[in-house]
Amino acid sequence: MTKKPELLPGTLDMLILKTLTRAPLHGYGIAQQIKRLSDDVLTVEEGSLYPGLQRLLVQGWVKAEWKMTETNRRARFYTLTAAGRKQLGIEVSQFEQMIAAISRVMSDALEA
Amino acid sequence: MNSYLQFIRRLCLLMQRRRFRSDLDEEMTFHRDQVEQEYVADGLTREAARSAAARQFGNPTRLREQSHEAIGFRLETIVQDLRFALRQFQRQPGFAVLTVAILALGIGASVAVFGFVDAALLEPLPYANPNRLLDVAENSNVHPRSNLSYQDFIDWKRLDRSFSGFDAYTGAGFLLHTSGGAEPVPAARVTAGFFDTLGVRPFLGRTFRTGEDQPGAGKVVVLTYAAWLTRFGARRDIVGQSLQLDSDNYTIVGVLPRGFSFAPRGSAELWVPISELTECEKRRSCHNLFAIGRLRDGVSETVALDDLKAIAAQLERQYPGSNQGQGASIQPLATLIVGDTRPILLTLLAGALLLLVIACVNVSSLLLVRSESRSREIAVRGALGATPARLMRQFVTEGFLLALAGFAAGIALSVWLMGLLAHLVPSQIAASLPFVELAGLNAHTLLFAAVVAAITAVLLALTPTLRLSFQKIQSGLAEGGRGSAGRLWRRLGANLAVVELAVAVVLLTGAGLLGKSFYKLLHVEMGFDASHIAIVNVQLPDKAYATDAARLEVYRTIERRLGALPGVESVAITDTLPVGCFCNTDWIRIVGKPFHGEHNEVVERDVSPSYMATLKAQLIRGRMFREDEDKTKPPVIIINESLARKYFPGEDPIGKKIGDGALDPKSLREVIGVVADIREGALDDEMLPGEYFDGYQQLDIGFSVLVRTAQSENSILPDMVSTLHNIDHGFGVYGESTMIDQIESTQSALLHRFATWLVGGFAMAALVLGVVGLYGVIAYSVSQRTREIGVRMALGAKRGTVYRMVMRQAAWLTAVGLAIGLACSVGTSLLMRSLLFGVQAWDLPTLAGVATVLGSASLAASFLPAHRAASVNPTDALRTE
Repeated sequence: MTKKPELLPGTLDMLILKTLTRAPLHGYGIAQQIKRLSDDVLTVEEGSLYPGLQRLLVQGWVKAEWKMTETNRRARFYTLTAAGRKQLGIEVSQFEQMIAAISRVMSDALEA
Repeated sequence: MNSYLQFIRRLCLLMQRRRFRSDLDEEMTFHRDQVEQEYVADGLTREAARSAAARQFGNPTRLREQSHEAIGFRLETIVQDLRFALRQFQRQPGFAVLTVAILALGIGASVAVFGFVDAALLEPLPYANPNRLLDVAENSNVHPRSNLSYQDFIDWKRLDRSFSGFDAYTGAGFLLHTSGGAEPVPAARVTAGFFDTLGVRPFLGRTFRTGEDQPGAGKVVVLTYAAWLTRFGARRDIVGQSLQLDSDNYTIVGVLPRGFSFAPRGSAELWVPISELTECEKRRSCHNLFAIGRLRDGVSETVALDDLKAIAAQLERQYPGSNQGQGASIQPLATLIVGDTRPILLTLLAGALLLLVIACVNVSSLLLVRSESRSREIAVRGALGATPARLMRQFVTEGFLLALAGFAAGIALSVWLMGLLAHLVPSQIAASLPFVELAGLNAHTLLFAAVVAAITAVLLALTPTLRLSFQKIQSGLAEGGRGSAGRLWRRLGANLAVVELAVAVVLLTGAGLLGKSFYKLLHVEMGFDASHIAIVNVQLPDKAYATDAARLEVYRTIERRLGALPGVESVAITDTLPVGCFCNTDWIRIVGKPFHGEHNEVVERDVSPSYMATLKAQLIRGRMFREDEDKTKPPVIIINESLARKYFPGEDPIGKKIGDGALDPKSLREVIGVVADIREGALDDEMLPGEYFDGYQQLDIGFSVLVRTAQSENSILPDMVSTLHNIDHGFGVYGESTMIDQIESTQSALLHRFATWLVGGFAMAALVLGVVGLYGVIAYSVSQRTREIGVRMALGAKRGTVYRMVMRQAAWLTAVGLAIGLACSVGTSLLMRSLLFGVQAWDLPTLAGVATVLGSASLAASFLPAHRAASVNPTDALRTE
């Protein structure tokens, strides 16, 4: 099995928040969504997904409630809160600054 | 704000931990099922898909733990802290034991005292709506609260509009006839509604019915729970049985509940209605009752008092002879019952809390010293990445643990102390202080203990952390880094020592003043020699001794037979013992003096002819009663100096005649002698005008027999009792005691003794803790300065100079502590002025004594470290690092 690239540290929260902007999702749905949108590049391990979700709950960025799936099973759906939406904005801008900085460094390194 | 919200959310999650776990489990199961289905869709068998999904998912327990960590309080790090703290204590068990012992002392003492304060002042009396109950009495110019006359009571009850219940009570004593002979039993007589007014429901049977307090009603009796238990074998069928009291048969109609107590008549075991009136109760001028009243809804105390005063004024107009100057007085019943003890209890509580303060300060400085010695450890932990918060939490944990242990040990100590204190109160006093029995661990005391322990915990946790924030890690790591720490220590530690010394001074002064008051109280002028006097009370069977002749005969027999016992010097009989109360009083009028109906109140005692000689009271003028001066002779009277001074200023009272307010010829008596004042009232009362009737002319059915003996007065008591029983088996003989015991167990002596011993105990503990605290400061500062001292000595400083240097520091701290303490103690002593007797709050000898004791103890304690400092070998000292 080839090793998949790991998530950049600190980006998991942002990714989870982002996937929740469209609609409320359950844990499995979040993992699937991230995997699908990244064309199977990013895999969220369950070992980090659930602690991450609890963290977001405690921070008050997401809410959780039990609902029925299309297949008629009970699942816990996470919804983005207003605070979460704000936090997403902050994280996205930080992330963009970071990426821009990194790419500036890298392009300089390539030119050299 | 945000972190606060987070904290709340975490707390909620923590509360619903079970819910959280099941949610997470279900969620993860769902996830695993979905993955499994994915594999099945990819063509795997169900079995293979399941194991593949499980593999991908990983260890579910670990997962769960990780999620917990995300939300939890990092429980395991707290466990780590606890474990580390325990290990620290194990390494220095002496420190832990000492700390916990000091805390236990402080917490235990204050909780124990609070137990009594709670029982006396906070717990409501055991009646329905006790705050609506009033103590009702008459008053006059000499007595702010005096007995109520039965005739007045009847009128008050008829005219009063403020009370929904209004009933009177008085003491009584009966001879209970049992198979074993006659036993005197303390009792109370009450009007029929008494228990209804209190709102007390019987445990068995009933209480009194309306009309049972009328003359001619059947004789009924209600038992207390204790009497039912001890005298009647706790028989359930007791109601309806009859018993013989004196020479009458009474029917038992009920038993009072176990929790019942009525302190003003605390020793009463039998309760009967006031049905047949005594001679006294038939006269309006004779006062022998007190009353209780229950305020009607919406009626205030002031209105009730105005109401009673109006009635009293009306009676005054109606019966000027008996009622002139007789007003009304009321106070809450609770004030009557616990009012006297309030200042003492509050003083004791203050003392205990001060001791607690010292204990806390002491432990704090111990912790501070310990944190000094741990500065390296802390610096290392900090360097290895422990955050300041984490380090602080370690200290908080340790402080919390110590406080918890101190709390537990303190509770145990307080339970023991409360038992001990309750045990020390003589039973006859305990009967009038109902709360003594009730003090114990309950919700209130536990809450108090918990609050005290919590404050202690905060204090203990804060002290070392205070130090942490002052200090930089680097200086802790550096070898020579004592400098700054030393300065901090000197500032904080020295202040703590000063606080301890000052508080110790306050407690010592309080104890000194109370001790001096107690001494003065016991050595107050008695007017007689209280030593070597044995006392026994006798109750004659009323039928057999109905006539004066029979009584006179038995008086003489008792005096003769007891006088024949070996070692007995003299025997006397009195109706009321000295050092008792401002009671059994009489209104007098002197023949030939102007009189306007005023009440000249004097104490009146009926004493046998040998009484003054037995007491060794001093005759000033005239003569004593003669042995043959009985009813056949002209009535005579002896007066005391106070009466002579007040009513016969500048003249010789001998030969003058004294009678009652109406100068009824039957009441006239000729003054034959004047004696120096004998203390009739309580120890802290003033000397009162008093008159002594000839006991052979005024014969009583119940009296006290006093015996002056050459030998030990205690050893003769059994012989006295058996001799009295030999004279007549039907005598009720009780209350064997000695005059000294009697005096020392009076309420004022007892309360003073209690206060003295307890505050004295607190003060001793405070002295020890304070001096040890000072020793700690000095010893620590010497140990920190070893090197400096070595340098000084190497440069030529003399040992004397080193001594002086250390002692100067100690003397300075002591002086500051003493000065602050003395200033404060004058203030606190003023607060407890009401407890002081014969001594001022600023009593100089006491203050000087305290200063000397504390000063010399402190200097002695600091001599040791000074000596150690002076014996420092300079070469060793310079090499210590």
